[in-house]
Amino acid sequence: MFSFTEDEIQRYSRHILLQEVGGKGQQRLKDSKVLVVGAGGLGSPSAYYLAAAGVGTIGIIDDDVVELSNLQRQILHDTANVGKPKAESAAERLRALNPGVEVRVIKERLDENNVMDLVRQYDVVVDGVDNFPTRYLVNDACVLTGTPLVDAGILRWDGLCLTVKPGEGPCYRCLFPEPPPAGMVPSCQEAGVIGAIAGVMGTIQATEVIKVLLGIGETYTGRILMFDALKGEFRELKSERDKNCPVCGDNPTITEPKAYDLTCEIQIARVSSAAN
Amino acid sequence: MAVNVRIPVLLRSLTQNQGEVSVEGSTVKEVIEQLEAKFPGIQERLYDEEGKLRRFINIYVNSEDIRSQQGEETAVKDGDEISIVPAIAGGLGA
Repeated sequence: MFSFTEDEIQRYSRHILLQEVGGKGQQRLKDSKVLVVGAGGLGSPSAYYLAAAGVGTIGIIDDDVVELSNLQRQILHDTANVGKPKAESAAERLRALNPGVEVRVIKERLDENNVMDLVRQYDVVVDGVDNFPTRYLVNDACVLTGTPLVDAGILRWDGLCLTVKPGEGPCYRCLFPEPPPAGMVPSCQEAGVIGAIAGVMGTIQATEVIKVLLGIGETYTGRILMFDALKGEFRELKSERDKNCPVCGDNPTITEPKAYDLTCEIQIARVSSAAN
Repeated sequence: MAVNVRIPVLLRSLTQNQGEVSVEGSTVKEVIEQLEAKFPGIQERLYDEEGKLRRFINIYVNSEDIRSQQGEETAVKDGDEISIVPAIAGGLGA
């Protein structure tokens, strides 16, 4: 049966009332583990709603510290936490919202050495990272371990969301076979983003995670959600699994996670720091 | 045959900030050529040095990926909507 306290029944009563959730679904959320990669613009709202929803274990991986320029959209952090590790700052807020959730703080950078072990410990991964190498690394690790991945990206006024269910549809690499070379597609840091778009897309990610965990509804698998905030429009584009995909295709060439070479970005960073 | 092309934010500096433009063409290839004629520089952003569509950019006719159709030879008809969609990261950021 269910192992809910009176407080938990009250806390989750609006969920339990839903036919698609009920006590059984709520228990399933409690027994679930979700890894949120990046406690940033997307990770903030998604982790916050997942903690509110009663997902039993939430891992937050981020090796950055809170900066003042984050607070325009990264709503898990506040002014007093500027300078503090983001994973800790995020955990503090999540525990305050829901002490019943186990929050695991991982102050590491996700790389080819730790990604597989980490991903294996979770039922679903939420990706909200700002760089392509990590995005492909997370995708590959999720495909290789058969872990569902809810991916989203935001830039300026646009958002995109895709849920990868390995074996059931396309992965991120089927959609975009290779990451753009450094400097070809700007990051939010370079191009700007409306903070609220992170909220829109991050809460869509949280909703996707809940559907995946409960095994209900239809996820953005095989279709991409596009949000154009300036136009005020949500659209869907179809996406198919690529049988030639290097990681989830019929004859995969990627059999272990490998980080993309960041030499170019490092060089750029060196040049710009030299210029300063 | 006029089709409507959705321009991603990253390419709007080339289209005088227009998010949608109308061009003529009966295939995706012709549409891109017309786009280049109207907004020089756009083709270079879409194709690599070998003349292949860049692998982090997708093109859709209505909601269908041209890779699952006839690629750039995919036929378009009056009133179709072409979307150019590049990969975007974003989410964390400093």
